[in-house]
Amino acid sequence: MNRAWRLLKRRLVGSIPVLLIVVVGSFLLLEAAPGDAVDAYVASVGGDAGMIEALRQSWGLDASPMTRLAAYLWALLHLDLGHSVALSRPVLSVVLERLPNTLLLMGAATALSFFLGTALGIVAGSRPGSLRDRLLSVGSLALYAVPGFWLALVLTIVFSVQLRWLPLAGMETIASGKTGFSRVLDIARHLVLPVTSLGIIYLALYLRMMRAGMAEVWRMDFTLAARARGIGRRRIVWRHVARNALLPLVTMLGLQSAAMLGGSVVIESVFSIPGLGRLAQEAVGARDTPLLIGIILVSAVLVIVINLLVDIAYATLDPRVGASEANA
Amino acid sequence: MSAPLLGVEGLSKRFSRGGKNFAALDGVGFSIAAGETLALVGPSGSGKSTVARILLRLVEADAGSVHFQGQDLLALRGPALRAVRAKLQMVFQDPQAAFNPRATVARLLDDPLRIHGVVDRSERPKAIAALLARVGLSAELAGRAVHEISGGQRQRVAIARALATRPSLIVLDEAVSALDVLVRADILRLLAELQREQGIAYLFISHDLGAVRAIAHRIAIMDGGRIVEQGAARAVIAAPVSATGKALVAATPELPVSKETVS
Amino acid sequence: MSLRRLFRTPEAVAGFAILGCLVLMVLLAPVLFPRDPLSIAGAPLLRPFQDWALPLGTDRLGRDVLAGLFHGARTSLAVGLAAAAASILVGSVIGTVAGFAGGLVDEALMRITDAFQTVPGFLLSLALVSVVGPSLGVVVVAISLSAWTGPARIARAEVLSIRERDYVASARVIGMHPIEIAFREILPNALPPVLALSSVIVAAAILTEAALSFLGLGDPNRVTWGGMIAEGRAVLRSAPFLSIIPGIALVLAVLGVYLAGEGIVESAATRRGNA
Repeated sequence: MNRAWRLLKRRLVGSIPVLLIVVVGSFLLLEAAPGDAVDAYVASVGGDAGMIEALRQSWGLDASPMTRLAAYLWALLHLDLGHSVALSRPVLSVVLERLPNTLLLMGAATALSFFLGTALGIVAGSRPGSLRDRLLSVGSLALYAVPGFWLALVLTIVFSVQLRWLPLAGMETIASGKTGFSRVLDIARHLVLPVTSLGIIYLALYLRMMRAGMAEVWRMDFTLAARARGIGRRRIVWRHVARNALLPLVTMLGLQSAAMLGGSVVIESVFSIPGLGRLAQEAVGARDTPLLIGIILVSAVLVIVINLLVDIAYATLDPRVGASEANA
Repeated sequence: MSAPLLGVEGLSKRFSRGGKNFAALDGVGFSIAAGETLALVGPSGSGKSTVARILLRLVEADAGSVHFQGQDLLALRGPALRAVRAKLQMVFQDPQAAFNPRATVARLLDDPLRIHGVVDRSERPKAIAALLARVGLSAELAGRAVHEISGGQRQRVAIARALATRPSLIVLDEAVSALDVLVRADILRLLAELQREQGIAYLFISHDLGAVRAIAHRIAIMDGGRIVEQGAARAVIAAPVSATGKALVAATPELPVSKETVS
Repeated sequence: MSLRRLFRTPEAVAGFAILGCLVLMVLLAPVLFPRDPLSIAGAPLLRPFQDWALPLGTDRLGRDVLAGLFHGARTSLAVGLAAAAASILVGSVIGTVAGFAGGLVDEALMRITDAFQTVPGFLLSLALVSVVGPSLGVVVVAISLSAWTGPARIARAEVLSIRERDYVASARVIGMHPIEIAFREILPNALPPVLALSSVIVAAAILTEAALSFLGLGDPNRVTWGGMIAEGRAVLRSAPFLSIIPGIALVLAVLGVYLAGEGIVESAATRRGNA
């Protein structure tokens, strides 16, 4: 665990400059947008010209860009992400309110794509070049070509409009008064289509990576040696090939988190799920730049945290330790 | 006696790898006279290749001096350094790796001729054919890509490329180690012939005493970044003094009893 | 590279066939459908295969779906290619500079790359279009903004590894000028892995453009497939074909790019393998 702790410390320190660059970039975007934070505040709260002038002075908005950047950084250090124009509320509290829904959606979609994708990848990669391998490979490429939002619409047409099996949109049935397990079940029913739409694209990614990784391992010496020792094919697939091909996929989990957050914007919009992505679209619609930038900052922090967790998991599951135990 | 072609003194170099700082070279000194072959022999990791790379200015030394044809080699920069390179060439161990994979044989030989203005542009195709002939290759090879010729042919092209600028010293860094035994003998014969005809000096770096015996006038044995033994080739092979020398000779069983070395 | 090798697999043949159709659509759009595809062509919500003058029917406002499909192909392909070209160009330049320069320059450029990869690319594109306003050029820039990091990382890794190869050392030994080494010895050998990625980048750019248009952030003066899909959403129950048809075109186009790209990479690999 000591090693994991050291890694954590090193990665935390390493992410500081990255976060700083993201903050400066956000600041520049905010500067480029028409209107400033006072306009935003006044638009939501109200106030006259004199008050605007006073606010500008007290918030330091009449100062030089460098001073303003410093003030922006100082505010961020105090977890002050600014004021949402459209919702007239602090950005951070709005964002934190929506975050759990997105995390639930992302988590479920990641689990679906990772486990199903890996399993299908093993099926394809256990016999490279076979018919089922080629079918799965082309099929996964086709899936990878499908835009998530369109898949979401098609699934809605089939399962919600035609068959009426699943709810059309939303996170749960509104004002249903459901509690406990029945509420969980209700939310799960609502999430089936969004999770499928979001997860299926990445399913193809894990399938292809797993298959490619296995094809690589098949060619390695120790696999040949295992075959020469007369070990059964099925046993080799599980003990040696899949095991070694799986590790790169774990790092992919972290790397894909940013893309998945981006993908959830469209999926949440299609299904009207009150998450971070839907909030981003609302912010764009309302030209609420402070809110949009706040979402970007929180997303960046989220991506850094997810990658950190994946790295720690990877370090804890040290491949060398794991392999020697399995062969013992 | 006049100054040697190459004089190396107190060459030191430290590398840090994996957080540890270690001495790759620790006060290495030797000299090579014009037309002479000095073999630098030692186990892998003894620092032989670092010496080669410092001489060719591919790696910078931490301390020490190198004088080549009376010039302070380590002090040269930019155009002056590029000019002196015409006289100081190198042949790498693996010619496949030492050639741009996109190049043809003709381009590889044309580069040094062009860069140093050895012959006029119009004369260059003829010069390339002559270089190929000099290393025993047919002029038809000029149009081939690097991966289309055999390993032995490649090393001959590498030698031709080194010869193009009429050098006075060629560093051969394990230049025959990767070759098949019969091809190796051919290349060693070619090198000896070139030395006789053009008076080129060699710094012959190898871990293989068999190849060294065939070509070297003098031997310097390296271990742990230092030269542990230096002397005439026959004397060193017949009666090594250092532990490393003894081990190297012992590891080459046919050597002591070979008539060639005894007589 | 011979055509036979390029068309070795049925997948590659299919890919090039789809791309061929796409190019034909782009070229023929102004010939077959000279009218503005945003203008009204007939009765609204006409179903497909009813009227042969309007084979794929009309949308809510009576606009020709087939005409929209043809003109949409132009936007998709133009944006996809432009964004991919911009990302690859910017990415390889930044990656090459980082790899060559090393030290502080490398460190700074790589932290910037990290930062761009930390922010979800689609959110970044969304933010830029939202702040600057939607137009074709802005959409291209917005997509490239999130897509240049991949080429940059690959180019840098390639340059770093090639810089240490013996053939670069050998070029120095014969006295080649550093600038010639950079452009003749290193760059040509660093590019192929970057270019191998280009089909994936084009495909991703087409998909991002579609998603932006779907959210109403495409160029409002042009027909886009994503915009058509969004249009159809309003009548999803009564006329689902309006969303389904442009989606199929989108899937086929992206699949064609993937398959053709794989075909090219594979045929290049077999060429090297045979050599």
